Amino acid sequence: MKIVVPVKRVIDANVKVRLKADGSAVDSDNAKMSMNPFDEIAVEEAIRLKEAGAAGEIVAVSIGSDACQDVLRAALAMGADRALLIRTEAVLEPLAVAKLLREVVAREQPRLVICGKQSTDGDANQAGQMLAGLLGWPQATFASKLDLGTDGATVTREIDGGLEIIAVTLPAVVTTDLRLNSPRYTTLPNIMKAKKKPLDVVALDEFGVDTRPRLTTLGLAEPAARSAGVRVADVAELLAKLKNEAKVI
Amino acid sequence: MSQYVAPVRDMLFVMQELAGLADVGALPGWEEAGAELAEAVLEEAGRFAGEVIAPLNVVGDREGSRLVDGKVVVPAGFAEAYHQFVEAGWGGISSPEAFGGQGLPQLLAKPVTEMWKSACLAFSLCPMLTQGALEALLHHGTPEQQNAYLAKLVSGEWTGTMNLTEPQAGSDLSAVRSRAMPEGDHYRLFGNKIFITWGEHDVTENIVHLVLARLPDAPAGVKGISLFVVPKYLLNADGSLGERNDVQCVSLEHKMGIHGSPTAVLAYGESAGAIGYLVGEPNRGLEYMFTMMNHARLAVGLEGVAISERAYQQARDYARERVQGRALGHESAGAIIRHPDVRRMLLTMKSQTEAMRALAYVTAAYMDQAARHPDPAERARYQSRVELLTPVVKGWCTETAQEVTSLGVQVHGGMGFIEETGAAQHMRDARIITIYEGTTGIQANDLLGRKTLREQGKTLLALIEEMRTDTARVGALDGEAFRQLAAAQDVAIKELEGATRHLIEAATVDPRLAFAGAVPYLMLLGTVCGGWQMTRAAGAAQARIAAGETAAFYRAKIDTALFYAEHILPRAMTHAYVVQHGARSTLALDESAF
Ligand SMILES: Cc1cc2nc3c(=O)[nH]c(=O)nc-3n(C[C@H](O)[C@H](O)[C@H](O)COP(=O)(O)OP(=O)(O)OC[C@H]3O[C@@H](n4cnc5c(N)ncnc54)[C@H](O)[C@@H]3O)c2cc1C
Repeated sequence: MKIVVPVKRVIDANVKVRLKADGSAVDSDNAKMSMNPFDEIAVEEAIRLKEAGAAGEIVAVSIGSDACQDVLRAALAMGADRALLIRTEAVLEPLAVAKLLREVVAREQPRLVICGKQSTDGDANQAGQMLAGLLGWPQATFASKLDLGTDGATVTREIDGGLEIIAVTLPAVVTTDLRLNSPRYTTLPNIMKAKKKPLDVVALDEFGVDTRPRLTTLGLAEPAARSAGVRVADVAELLAKLKNEAKVI
Repeated sequence: MSQYVAPVRDMLFVMQELAGLADVGALPGWEEAGAELAEAVLEEAGRFAGEVIAPLNVVGDREGSRLVDGKVVVPAGFAEAYHQFVEAGWGGISSPEAFGGQGLPQLLAKPVTEMWKSACLAFSLCPMLTQGALEALLHHGTPEQQNAYLAKLVSGEWTGTMNLTEPQAGSDLSAVRSRAMPEGDHYRLFGNKIFITWGEHDVTENIVHLVLARLPDAPAGVKGISLFVVPKYLLNADGSLGERNDVQCVSLEHKMGIHGSPTAVLAYGESAGAIGYLVGEPNRGLEYMFTMMNHARLAVGLEGVAISERAYQQARDYARERVQGRALGHESAGAIIRHPDVRRMLLTMKSQTEAMRALAYVTAAYMDQAARHPDPAERARYQSRVELLTPVVKGWCTETAQEVTSLGVQVHGGMGFIEETGAAQHMRDARIITIYEGTTGIQANDLLGRKTLREQGKTLLALIEEMRTDTARVGALDGEAFRQLAAAQDVAIKELEGATRHLIEAATVDPRLAFAGAVPYLMLLGTVCGGWQMTRAAGAAQARIAAGETAAFYRAKIDTALFYAEHILPRAMTHAYVVQHGARSTLALDESAF
């Protein structure tokens, strides 16, 4: 069973994100970039399935500039078998990403696509769902446990009220939540081997997909700085403040 | 508790811009070792160092390794982390592929080593000593010995130790007394070894000891010492583990620092004699040790870089958070990093750490060139550079780390003196590094005697010429900063040259006059080499800026180089003065007057 895992290159989770001086965009020049943490969990899950004998080839896909090759190499070093970069300098919206992934699915014919539930930069939480919609496949989002059979999968989902266990038929799209697994440390021999694994680069134009933006960004602002706290005299004052000022109780 | 974030950015900058990663990647067999691989390797090693090893540092210090009922108990988490380390294959980074290693150049391996050492020095010693044992067998072992031990040492499934020191034989190993009696195809060893790092533990199923001892008919002194391999568990014919050998851990030392590392007193031959096998030829043990010395000494020099980096990170983070006093030019009380003197301390730490790192990596690249350059004349030239700079990296980086870790405590104020803070640990841990693997005095003797006087300063004077060329190039760049840098560097180089010529002259009058200045001379050379590298770094940073790169990193590099030129380089004058004028007073006092 082939698995496709889309991976995105984002600003590293430990970097404090800032706007550019002119406020036009997030300043990603020279910021440390890494694989989106949820995608790392997706790669890890695919590898575990493969190691358990439940999956065959794992194909990692990224969409972006040549720089994205480093996250693809990282996926290969973790254990993916092949990688595909859809090259573009444009920043794509989730629908465009989903459309491109639909084309990848058409070419690769996987039985399962495992996506991160969202990327830590855009935080849209849409691409996986849209891809399932475009393909007409079942989707199991926010997975914290995945049991794969030959024709279907049982997925435990993290929902607001607790856990929901659902069964989906294959092919399907699964999106990962934080507790699905903890990604492994890549071994040095695997970093070396990753250099020899195939990484294809295809220009975005070759897919003939309309990826033009449908949203206009009107403005960007940094979150308001946290103001200093106040010290309360007693529990009564705390309760009064929570009730009257914060209005949370 | 402090975090450790591997300084991947600075490491890659030094590797690419100063140490010639591209040139090393052009050497035969290292074509893969380019920037892309370097980045992937450093990123992942940095993650492992920060997440798996760094948390061991405080635990290791508090718990220490202990001897309980004759067994060595290592601190909580050490064994698990070690197994993860082995699993991830880091131990074999520069070892030959034939024995399961990755065969990468030193220029890639040494920054990774620096990370382990920053994360937890006590832990890092285990793979480092294993590396030493492995190299001894790789260069001098028989094919049978190599087949028996190498793959296990490369993977780290077994660890290795180096057994040189005895109570009466430390700096002077010619005084080694342990004996080896021939018995069939092997020997029986008797004697006591002290201070043996990771000399006993149960983290792995076997330990491979490399031991210096004398044969019965051996001549006295340095030419009568042989090298033996003595496994803790003997091997059966099929390679499986057999009987326990006659080597026992008698005690563990109570130390000032690196508490996590078990420092063992080992007794060989309490009963029938420990079974050992001769490595190489009889009576050539010390010579073999010297062939491996450059690697080991460079690695300990890196400990100076590593622990300085860790101390700096912790001090910087604290200085950003600790609110105390209203700094000049500020309206209200703020973080102490605003105070000029705190900035001075932090920059004294940062600039020297970066200078040390640059010199250490450049030396690692020289090692790679010396090993694989296609032209034998070039190989020889690089080898002489390695010989010259090894005692400098070992001596200067470890001595400078004393200052840097001490400043790390000072930045913390009273909290620095309190153990919970963790700043004091770096200072205590750092204290050993100027001592083991040859004290600073021994490094300085080596630098002055073997590496300078013996060849009338040939390699060094050629290096000085290269420093001058590089300095002139950077001085010609557009900008006042570069003129200032070059001017300061020129003065320091002149002092170095003067001191060198003085020592060559003084040695012909009375060698004692020269050797009285050996350590100041080592510090002089280190300080000037550091300035040379920082000047080159500023030039490289400027080139990046000129090419349109905007990162604050490059601007900071130039400013940091200027700080080094104005605060650290002037020390060259003091050192040079001491070298040229301080010998007679050092020697004047009668021994009874002390
Ligand atoms: C924690 C720890 C771990 C160690 N690990 C190991 C290990 O794994 N394996 C091992 O074999 N050894 C190990 N050692 C031993 C270490 O290498 C020696 O302690 C070191 O070489 C110094 O020898 P010494 O202690 O006998 O000091 P000495 O040689 O007695 O030196 C005392 C002082 O005299 C100076 N001095 C001595 N000779 C000269 C000279 N010719 N010129 C100028 N000054 C001189 C020294 O610089 C020093 O200041 C370890 C030691 C420690 C403390």
